Formats: sequence, C-alpha cells, structure tokens
Amino acid sequence: MKPAAFDYLAPSTLAEAVALLARYEREGTDVKIIAGGQSLMPMLAMRVARPELLIDLRRIPGLDALHEEAGQIVIGAMVSKRCAEDSALIRDRQPLFHAATQLVAHLQIRNRGSVGGSFAHADPASEYPAVALVLDMEMKAVGSAGERVIPAADFFVTYMTTSLAPTEILTEVRMPVMPAGTGWAIKEISRRRGDLALAGVAVTLRLGGGVCRETRMAAFGVNPTAVRLTAGEDALNGQPPDPAVFARAAAAAANALHEPMSCIHASSEYRRHLVKTLAERCLAQAVERAGRSAA
Amino acid sequence: MSTTQRIRVTVNGEAHEREVEPRLTLSEFLRHELRLGGTHVGCEHGICGACNVMIDGRVARSCLTLAVQVDGAQVTTVEGLRDRETGALHPIQQAFIDAHGLQCGFCTPGFLMSTLELLRDNPAPSDDQIRHALGGNLCRCTGYQSILAAVRLAAARLQPH
Ligand SMILES: Cc1cc2nc3c(=O)[nH]c(=O)nc-3n(C[C@H](O)[C@H](O)[C@H](O)COP(=O)(O)OP(=O)(O)OC[C@H]3O[C@@H](n4cnc5c(N)ncnc54)[C@H](O)[C@@H]3O)c2cc1C
Ligand code: FES
Ligand code: FES
Repeated sequence: MKPAAFDYLAPSTLAEAVALLARYEREGTDVKIIAGGQSLMPMLAMRVARPELLIDLRRIPGLDALHEEAGQIVIGAMVSKRCAEDSALIRDRQPLFHAATQLVAHLQIRNRGSVGGSFAHADPASEYPAVALVLDMEMKAVGSAGERVIPAADFFVTYMTTSLAPTEILTEVRMPVMPAGTGWAIKEISRRRGDLALAGVAVTLRLGGGVCRETRMAAFGVNPTAVRLTAGEDALNGQPPDPAVFARAAAAAANALHEPMSCIHASSEYRRHLVKTLAERCLAQAVERAGRSAA
Repeated sequence: MSTTQRIRVTVNGEAHEREVEPRLTLSEFLRHELRLGGTHVGCEHGICGACNVMIDGRVARSCLTLAVQVDGAQVTTVEGLRDRETGALHPIQQAFIDAHGLQCGFCTPGFLMSTLELLRDNPAPSDDQIRHALGGNLCRCTGYQSILAAVRLAAARLQPH
C-alpha cells in the first residue's frame, strides 16, 4: 500500500458531509474530499498529500444531476466526465465545454473523474479552467455558513488552489448555453493524446458588420492558473476576420503573457510560441464556425 | 490510526465480503485479497492502463480506486472474460492471440478491458476510434499495430452475422 494510512467516511447527505468537514476542521484533523480520485489517488500514492481522513462524496444524492435551467447548463459536481461527454445537452448546447471534456485525459480516467473534481483540483494545465474563464462559468459551493456562487474569474487563485474554503464542497458548475452565431475553438499541444497540455488555447467570438466582436480567449498550461488573453481579444475586436488579423492578435496575446512556466518538456519560450500558434489556429477555426452557424 | 471497513463487492459474478484498510487500492484488493493476479499493476498512478477493470459497466483504473469506494459495486476483471460454462476464451482474447496482439502480455489485461468497453459501446469502430479508446493503455513490446489488428479482428468476429 503506497498511501499513508487514513480513515474514510462516505456520508449519505450533503448536510452530513458539510457538518463533518466543519467538525474535523475545528478539531484540526487534516481532511480531504475525494470525488473520482483520479487526481487525488496519484497524490496519495506519491505521498504529496497525506490526509488523516478522506470524505467521499459518492453517496450524496443530487450531485450527479445534469440539466438546463433558465438558459444555463447546470452540471452537478459528481457528474463524471464520461457522462458530460455523452450528454446530448452539452454536445448540442455548449460545444466548447463538450470539446474540452474530450481533451481531458483518457476514456478510462473520464469514466471515474468528476467534473467538479477538475475545477476543485485547479491544475494549471487543465482545459476546464480556461473554458470557465471564456464562458464566464459559475461555481456553487456549500459550507456550514450556507451556499455561495463564485464566478470563474474569482475561483482560480493559483497553482492547484481555488477560493473554496477547506470546509466547502463544490456542488455544481454552471455555464450559459452557447448563443447561436457564436464561433468557438479549443486546441492544445500535449506530448501524447490524453496527457495534460504543455499549452492550450480556448476561444469564443461573434461576427457582425464584417468585424469580429465579443472575443474571449484564454490560455492554459502556461501560468499558475488559466489566463484570459485580453491583449489578443482587444487586437481582434472590431477587426475584419482575416488571417493577417488573426496572426497579429495571436502575437499580441502571446507577447502579453507573464513569463510562462518552464519544465523539461517545454521551455518558457516554447510555451509562449505554442500560445501564439494555437491562438492563431483557434481564431481561424472559431471564425469559420461563427460564419457557418450564422449562415 | 485508520479503522478498517467492511465491504461487499461482486467480482466476476461472485460476491465477496472483506474487512479492508481504507488505503487499500482496488488493484491490491483484487490481487492480494482475492488472489486474482490477472489485473496487472505497472505505474500505480494512472498512466499505463495495465490495471484497467470494469466497475459497474465502465472501465476504470483499479490503481486509482480505493477498495472502500467499490463497496456495493460490480467489478469485472480479465479473469471474468472466459465463458463460465465452457471455459472458452472470450472472442477478444482469442483475437489478441490470433492477431499477435501481445508479446510479453504485461499490458494485455488492460487492453482487453478497454476493448471490451469499446466494442460494447461501438461494435464497428473506425481505426481512429480504436486508437482513441486505447490511448490510455501503454505497451512496451508490440508497437501497437498488432493490437489494432486484434481489435479489428475481434470486432469483425463479434459482429452479428
Ligand atoms: C493519466 C491522467 C491524465 C490526466 N489528464 C488530464 C487532462 O488532460 N486534463 C485535465 O484537466 N485533467 C487531467 N487529469 C486529471 C483528471 O481529469 C481528474 O479526474 C480530475 O482532475 C479530478 O477529478 P476527480 O473527480 O478524480 O477528483 P479527485 O481526484 O477525487 O479530487 C481532486 C481534488 O479536488 C478536491 N475535490 C474533488 N471534488 C470536490 C468537490 N466537489 N468539492 C471540493 N473539493 C473537491 C479533492 O479534495 C482533491 O483535492 C488526468 C489524470 C490522469 C491520472
Ligand atoms: S497501474 Fe494503474 S494505470 Fe498503471
Ligand atoms: S505486450 Fe509487453 S507490454 Fe504490451
């Protein structure tokens, strides 16, 4: 057994789980929530995390719901990525989130890994936080003081850190349905299919009066959290959708990045280069999709 | 220290009840508690896919799952693929033999389980769909081409005539 010893509880209601988290926090016990375990288990095996107690969310009813509500798609935190991938609602009504889900890990990991777990884990190379920034997603958290809704822009704090309190449970994520006429794209470079990305870019935009509008662009895998590429957005908005403009906007986005991270697989400069190339390709594809969806 | 927990798991159709430490992984439970050595363990952190088993109808990493998390679940391992009456190999296993889809065989149980789910959900997959479904399984021996051929052969044999 590679992980250090821990206790394990699987409460059967959300209220019970919240009460347990609050109680053990007061007592100073090191508690971790476990969802699909697809990120936590490797951390336990490597003893990067050594909690004294795991609280499993798997028995809590309602956390696996997935539905549309007042123009928003609501995904329960314990919905598996495989369910999100197989959902016709997500595929048809929010294709960017659908495409991002298919880029996350391998099928066998998506079968168990939860949607909520990816947001709570906040890996800087994960596709989801970038998509959350582009789509202005919202996270619903429940703690002993009640529930609150956190906008994506305030949710991701830094490398593997969110604004969730240790006693809070992420219960659902919400995103708007993609409006008709929106163009979108997500692209990444990873060493093997299913690996975390070395760098990636997600985009949505609209066309109107012969120019690009409402462009939202974010990069992942380059900084401690996913980042909005506002310099690229500004360079594109109001400009005609042509390749020279895409190249200029992509370069502006890449140049404005804070020093990207560096590892044995990709230097900081290479990551910056990838953001430029991927942004340019994403913009071209998003414009093409916007044109098609408007036609 | 950690308190053991009582779990009930159905593995390959047989119900088992055991007292386990919470940190025991499903792969360790299968191999050490139930003595089902067919589920192989390569990396123990989710990369190689050798430990893939079916949990409630979905293939998953048994090294990234705790035994306590499968309390009440149905698990199928490579040992459960054989026909229970006749003992005959599963058509997917036979296709791996016939198409040389293995050399040392270490990775094979994981590939078989991934293939089982793929062909259940998509009986006539394209090569790209096969590559996608098996992208989470590593093989150090075959170079993958013969594995693709084995999956194609299994799909053809499993097609209703
Ligand atoms: C080989 C491999 C490749 C991968 N590739 C990718 C990839 O390309 N892109 C990607 O994005 N991810 C990737 N992952 C990570 C995978 O997507 C995980 O499933 C996901 O990050 C975590 O989801 P989980 O349900 O397994 O969470 P767990 O592992 O159970 O938990 C992860 C963390 O989140 C916390 N947590 C979980 N749920 C909640 C909740 N509801 N409320 C509060 N806290 C919570 C836990 O305490 C823990 O700290 C990969 C993993 C592996 C093993
Ligand atoms: S041993 Fe489980 S994925 Fe390698
Ligand atoms: S046959 Fe040896 S690892 Fe695949």
